[in-house]
Amino acid sequence: MSAPRGLLNDFIRFSSVDGPGNRFVAFLQGCNFDCIFCHNPYTINTCVDCGICVEPCPEDALFWGDNGAGVKVDWSLCNLCGVCVDVCPYDSTPLARSVTVDALWEEVNETANFLSGVTISGGEATLQADFVAGLFAAIKDRSGTSHLTTFLDSNGSCGPEIWDRLLPVTDGTMIDLKALDEDVHIALTGVSNNRVLDSIRYLAVRRRLYEVRLPLIPGFNDSDDQLARTANWLAGVDPALRVKVIGYRRQGVRSQYGELQEPQPEQMAHYAHILTGEGVRDVVQV
Amino acid sequence: MHMEEFRSRAREIVNDPNLTFHQRRHYLAGLAEESLEYPSLSDAARQALDKRVICDMYEGPAPYRARYILPDYAKALAHGSEFLELDPPTDLGEALNFLMIMYSQVPSITSYPVYLGDLDKLLEPFVEGVSDEDLYRQLKLFWRALDRVFPDAFTHTNIGPSDTRVGRTILRIERELQQVVPNLTLKVDPELTPDEFVREGVLTVFEVAKPHFVNHPLMVRDLGEEYAAVSCYNSLKIGGGSHTLVRLNLKEAAAQHEGSVEDFMSRTLPYYVGLNAELIEARIRYLVEEARFFEHDFLAKEGLIDLSKFSAMFGVFGLSECVSTLIGGRYGRDQAATELGHRIITAIADQVRSIPMPYCEGNGGVCFLHAQSGIDTDVDVTAGSRIPIGEEPDLFSHIRAVAPNHDHFNAGVSDIFQVEDTVLSNPEAMVDVIRGAFAEGMRDFTFNVGCNDFIRITGYLVRKSDLARFEEAGARHGSTSFGYGAETNTHVTARNVKRVLVHERTPRSPE
Repeated sequence: MSAPRGLLNDFIRFSSVDGPGNRFVAFLQGCNFDCIFCHNPYTINTCVDCGICVEPCPEDALFWGDNGAGVKVDWSLCNLCGVCVDVCPYDSTPLARSVTVDALWEEVNETANFLSGVTISGGEATLQADFVAGLFAAIKDRSGTSHLTTFLDSNGSCGPEIWDRLLPVTDGTMIDLKALDEDVHIALTGVSNNRVLDSIRYLAVRRRLYEVRLPLIPGFNDSDDQLARTANWLAGVDPALRVKVIGYRRQGVRSQYGELQEPQPEQMAHYAHILTGEGVRDVVQV
Repeated sequence: MHMEEFRSRAREIVNDPNLTFHQRRHYLAGLAEESLEYPSLSDAARQALDKRVICDMYEGPAPYRARYILPDYAKALAHGSEFLELDPPTDLGEALNFLMIMYSQVPSITSYPVYLGDLDKLLEPFVEGVSDEDLYRQLKLFWRALDRVFPDAFTHTNIGPSDTRVGRTILRIERELQQVVPNLTLKVDPELTPDEFVREGVLTVFEVAKPHFVNHPLMVRDLGEEYAAVSCYNSLKIGGGSHTLVRLNLKEAAAQHEGSVEDFMSRTLPYYVGLNAELIEARIRYLVEEARFFEHDFLAKEGLIDLSKFSAMFGVFGLSECVSTLIGGRYGRDQAATELGHRIITAIADQVRSIPMPYCEGNGGVCFLHAQSGIDTDVDVTAGSRIPIGEEPDLFSHIRAVAPNHDHFNAGVSDIFQVEDTVLSNPEAMVDVIRGAFAEGMRDFTFNVGCNDFIRITGYLVRKSDLARFEEAGARHGSTSFGYGAETNTHVTARNVKRVLVHERTPRSPE
C-alpha cells in the first residue's frame, strides 16, 4: 500500500485553543459541510485549477505548472497576502499542498518539546482518515513525539467505520454540534445532523469525546428553547461532558451571509446559564 | 562638578513634587557621590565611558556598597544576629519579624534590598503545626508590609523548585494583593517541580505578570545549588552577589567601528570588551580596597555574606542594533543576522572568561556575563540580547532564535514574551511552553499578558494605572519614575506579541 498523503491547508505550531495544553494544529483542506458562519471558507473545497487567481496575485507567486500540472505556487514569492483566496469563486485556495505523513511528522517533531499534543482540524479532518490515522500512528510510535496526545476537531459527519479506523490512534475528539433540530442544521450547514448526533454518542461511550462545541448563530440556533433542548440531550449523553459555547464572530465569514450581531458577554453568560440549568455541568465560554 | 551646579541640582531634587521624602534623600545621596572623583582609568576607558560605549549604570564614581547583595538569610535565621541583637526565631511570627528587620539593613544601589531570600525554603521549617488559615493571614500581612516598606520593584524573592505549602500560599497572596513588590522568581526543575505548581505560577502571571521562570538545573550547573534571581533578573550566589554592573553598548561599539565584520570580531569588539573589563576592575578595587565595604559591613562580619562568593557582572546590550549595523539583517528574523548575534555573544563570553578579575572568586576569578535589560534613558537600543519590540517572530521562532545565547549568560538574560489573552482559559498551554523553552536551553524568561494592570518595563514591574497617574501625582514606588522614563523614551507598551527592555538607577539629570 502506498503511503497516504494529506491535502494540507496550513499548520500552526502553537495553539492554546484547540484542546488541552499547547498544541500543534494542522488544518486539512476540504469539507463536506457548507456552514454559513464558516470563518475559513477557503478550506471548504479543493482547488479545481481554474487559474482565476493567477493573474491577480500581486507577488507573481502563482503560475501555471508544466504539462497541465495546474496552478502552482512559488513559495519564495508568496507572502500569504490572501488575494488568491479572496478572488476564488469556489471557496478554495491554490495554496493547499499535498504532504506525506513523514513530512508533517517532521514539523511536529521539531516543536514536540513545547506541546501537549497535536490536533488535526480543517476543513474536515475525517475526510482524510487514512492520512490522519497514519500521522497519529507515527506520532504514537516514534520517539520524540510519543508523549503527545492526538486530537481531532471534526464536524462529526463520518460514520462508525471511519471512527473505528481513527480511534485506536486518537486520544480525543472535539465535535461541533451546529444544531439539535435537523431543519436548523440543514439551514446552517446544508446537510442533516443524523450522523453528527450518532458520532457524539458513539465517541462518548468510547471515552474519546473531549468536548462538544456549540457555535451559536444569532437567530438560527440560539433561542432559549433550542438551547434548553440541546442541553437536555447532551446531559443525556453524559452530564459531565465538557461543552464549549462559541459565540458568533464575523471574522472571515463570507459577505453574502450578511452581518449578524456578535453576542455581548451578557448574552454569552445567558447561553451558559441555560445550558447549566438543563444539567450540563461543565460549560466553557469563548 | 562645580558648587554652582551641585547646588542647582540639589535644589531641583529637593523641590521635585514628584518625589517622596525618601526618594529625594536617595537622589541627594547620589548627587553627593557624583561630586567625587572617578577611580583612575586609562584614557581609552575614560573616552569610551564618556561616549557611553561602556556604561557604569550611573552607579556613581565612588561605590561604597556592592550593587547586588544576597545575604544568607538561612544562616541568619539559624544563628541570629549580634549586630541586630536578634536571637534565632523559634516560630513563624518571629521568623517574619526577624526577616523584616534584617531586610531594612541590607545595602544596595537602590537603598532597598534586592533579595529577600528563597522564602518558601526559609519559612518551611517554621510552618509545621501552623494552620493553612494562620499561614495565609501572617504571610499576607508580611507581604503587604514588604510592598509598603520597600517600595521598589527590584526587591525580589524566589520560590521553588519544590512544591511547598508556603510557595503556594505566596502565589495565592500575590494574586490577591496585586502588588508591584516583591518581584518574584519561580525556580523550575523538570524533575522536581510538578506541573501543578508551575500552573499555579502561570495563573499568577495572568494576574500580576510575575513570577519570572528560571531553569533551575542550568542555574545549578553554573552557580551551584545556592543561587537566586534578584533585582532585574540577575542570577547570583546566595551569601555573595555582584560588586558592580558595567555594561557594553554593542550598538555603539558597532557604530564606532569602521571595517569588515571580521575586523569587528578581531579588533573592535575585543577592544571594547577589554575597556568594559577595565572599568569593572577599577570599580571593584574602589569598593573593596578604598571603601572597604567587606571589612565593616555587619553582613560580612557575621558571615552572612562572604567576599569569596562575589563576582562582578559584565553586561551587554544592543545586540540587535549591533548586528543590523554590521550586516544589515534583522536579528531574530534573518538567519544570518541571528547567527552573527550568537557569534558575537560567544566571542564576548570567551573573552570575559579569559580576563582575570580581582575579588571575583565567586565565579572562579572572572566576571559573570549578563544580558542587561536596559535603563530608562536608553533610546533606540534594544535590551540585552533581545529581539526589538514589535519585530518579534512567533513564539516558537522567538525562543529558537534567542535560546543559544542563554547558555552564556550565567548572571541572567530575562527574555520576555507577550502572550495573547486566549491562553487565559488554557494555562496548561503556558506550562507546555515553559517546559519546552527550558528543554531548548532557555535560562530565564517571563510572560506579559495584556489583560492585567501590570507591565514589565524592562524587567521590573510597573502598574499601568500608576504610570498613567505618575506625571501629575508622583509615585510611591521608586521604580515607577524609571518606568515613566522608559515608557516615554521607547515604545514598550507598543510591543506586539512579546516584549522587551531595562533597569535600576539612572541619572537625575540628562548628560
